[in-house]
Amino acid sequence: MPKKIMAVGEMRDGHLRQISFETIAAAKKAAQGGKVIGVLIGRKVATLAEEMVQCGADEVRIVEDETLGQYTADGFARALTVVVEQEQPDGIFFGHTALGKDLSPKIAAKLDAGLVSDAISIEVKGEEVIFTRPIYAGKAFEKVTLPEGLLIATIRPNNINPLPKDRARTGDISSVSYSVPELRVVIQEVVRKSAGRVDLSEAKVIVAGGRGVKSAEGFQPLQELADVLGGAVGASRGACDADYCDYSLQIGQTGKVVTPDLYIACGISGAIQHLAGMSNSKVIVAINKDPDADIFKVADYGIIGDLFEVVPLLTEELKKAKAVSS
Amino acid sequence: MNLYVLMKRTFDTEETILLSDGSVQEDGAEWIINPYDEYAIEEAIRIRDVHGGEVIVVTVGSDEAEKQLRTALAMGADRAILLDIEDDIENGDAYTTARVLTEYLKDKKADLILTGNVTIDGGSGQVGPRVAEGLDIPYVTTITEIEIDGTDALIIRDVEGAAEKISTTLPLLVTCQQGLNEPRYPSLPGIMKAKKKPLEKLELDDLGLDEDDAAPKTKTLEVFLPSQKAAGHILQGELAGQVSELVTLLRSEAKVI
Repeated sequence: MPKKIMAVGEMRDGHLRQISFETIAAAKKAAQGGKVIGVLIGRKVATLAEEMVQCGADEVRIVEDETLGQYTADGFARALTVVVEQEQPDGIFFGHTALGKDLSPKIAAKLDAGLVSDAISIEVKGEEVIFTRPIYAGKAFEKVTLPEGLLIATIRPNNINPLPKDRARTGDISSVSYSVPELRVVIQEVVRKSAGRVDLSEAKVIVAGGRGVKSAEGFQPLQELADVLGGAVGASRGACDADYCDYSLQIGQTGKVVTPDLYIACGISGAIQHLAGMSNSKVIVAINKDPDADIFKVADYGIIGDLFEVVPLLTEELKKAKAVSS
Repeated sequence: MNLYVLMKRTFDTEETILLSDGSVQEDGAEWIINPYDEYAIEEAIRIRDVHGGEVIVVTVGSDEAEKQLRTALAMGADRAILLDIEDDIENGDAYTTARVLTEYLKDKKADLILTGNVTIDGGSGQVGPRVAEGLDIPYVTTITEIEIDGTDALIIRDVEGAAEKISTTLPLLVTCQQGLNEPRYPSLPGIMKAKKKPLEKLELDDLGLDEDDAAPKTKTLEVFLPSQKAAGHILQGELAGQVSELVTLLRSEAKVI
C-alpha cells in the first residue's frame, strides 16, 4: 500500500546537507509509490524547499521562526509535531546526524512509536519495510521491521544514494504555523572547532591517524592529504588517548562509526575496536610500517612504509593528478 | 541531590561477534559496563562529592547484570537497582527499556539523570531522550562538561565536532560523550564496600506494568555478519612508484577519487 513518509531536511551554512537528499531517497523507497513530504524547520529556510522537490520530495512543509535558527529539542519537536498533526504521515525519516539522533527518540516517545536508528539500507518485501542496521558498531548487522504503528527511522549518511536532481519537478510547498513552546535548554554559544572543514560522519574521504602519527603536529600532513581530497581527518583511540587530537575525531566502537567511499589509515595498527568503526568503508587504504599490522587485513590497498614519507608523497601525487585533469 | 545513572551491561569491545542459531553468541563472552555509561557513573560520583546526595545506578536486564552493578558500586555509587524483565519480555528494544525506566523513575524526584550517549552493542542512543520525554524533563545529549550551580546547569555539548555552550535547569537528563571525564577504576576497599551496598531487584509487576505496556515496537528478522573481505593488494617496489600506482588504482580500479 502506498504510504506517506515525511523526510526531515537539515541545513548547514544556508545549504541543505547531503544527508537530506539521502533521507528523501530512503523515504521514497518506503513510500512505495505514495508521497514523500519534505520538512524544513529553521529561521529562513523556504528558499531551500524547491531543491527538496527537485531531489524527490513530492511536497514540502516549512516551519519558520526566529527561534528555530538554532536546533533545540523543544523547539524542533514542537515544529515537527505541528506538521505531523497536519499531515498524519505513516512514517518520519531523519538523518542519523547529531540533530536526528537528538530529536528522533523524543518524537518517537511523544508518538508512542518504535524507532529504527542508523539504517544503512531499506528494502520492501510485500508490504513490509525492512531496515538493515549495524550492531556492535558494525561487527554485525540486523534486519529490523516496525510491525505496527509509525515507521520512524534515522538514515546513516553516505549509504543510500540520493535520487537524480530533476529541475523540472514541481510540488506543493506550504508553510505551517508555529507557536514557540517553552525552550528549556538555551544555547548560549557555538564554538566550531573544525570551521569550514568537512564533517566526519558525512565525509566521502577520511584520512585517519593512529599512534604512529606520534604527536599533534604529526597530524598536519594528514590534514593536507585530506584537504587535497576534500575529506576529513579522523583518529584511532590510541591517538586520542595520547592527546594528539580531540576525542570528537575518534573512530571506532567507542567514537564514531564511519562508512566513507575512501578511508586512508595512517599509522593505525587496526585494533578490533577501531576496525568496527571503519571496516565497512567502501575502499580502505592502509599505510603502516608494520607489515603484520591487523589493518592490512581489511585494506583493499596497502603500502608498507613510514607514513611521514608516504603521506606527503601521496599528497603531491594527487595534486599533480588534479592539475593534469583540470 | 538525587543522582540517577542509567547503565547497561554490554559485550567487551575486545569481543569478536559470532553467531549461533541466527543470533549473537553470548556464551563465554566478557562483559563490561557500557563505556559511555562509565562516564555517566564517574560524573555522577564527582557531582555528589561536591554537592552531596546519593548516586543510584539503575539497569534494565537480567540477573547477570548484578556484576556490572557491583562494579558501579565499587566505583563509588551508593545504591543499585536491577529492573529484571527477563521473565516477562523477550527481545525488548529501546522502547521497552525506556518504558520500564520511565515507570521506575516517575516518582523518584531525580534532580539529574545521567546515562551514556549510546550503547556499543545496540547503538541506537534512544533510551536517554525517550526517558526524558516520558518524565517531561529537558535533556542534553553528548555532553563533555557539566557544572551544577543550585538548580542551574551549565553544559558543553559535542555536536559533530563543534562545542555548544548550554544553560538549562534541573531536573534534567544528560547523555555522556567521550572526553567528559576519565572513569576511575574501583579500588580494593571500594570493591569490599560494594558487596554490602544495597542492591534492589524489581520486576515488571513491582512497577505496575504489564508485558503489553513495554512490549517492543521493533522486530529483528535476522542478524548477520559482514562478508569477509578478499585479501588486499599490498603494493611493491620503490616507494614513489607505489604511491603513483596507488593513485592510479584509486582512480581507475576503485574509482573513488
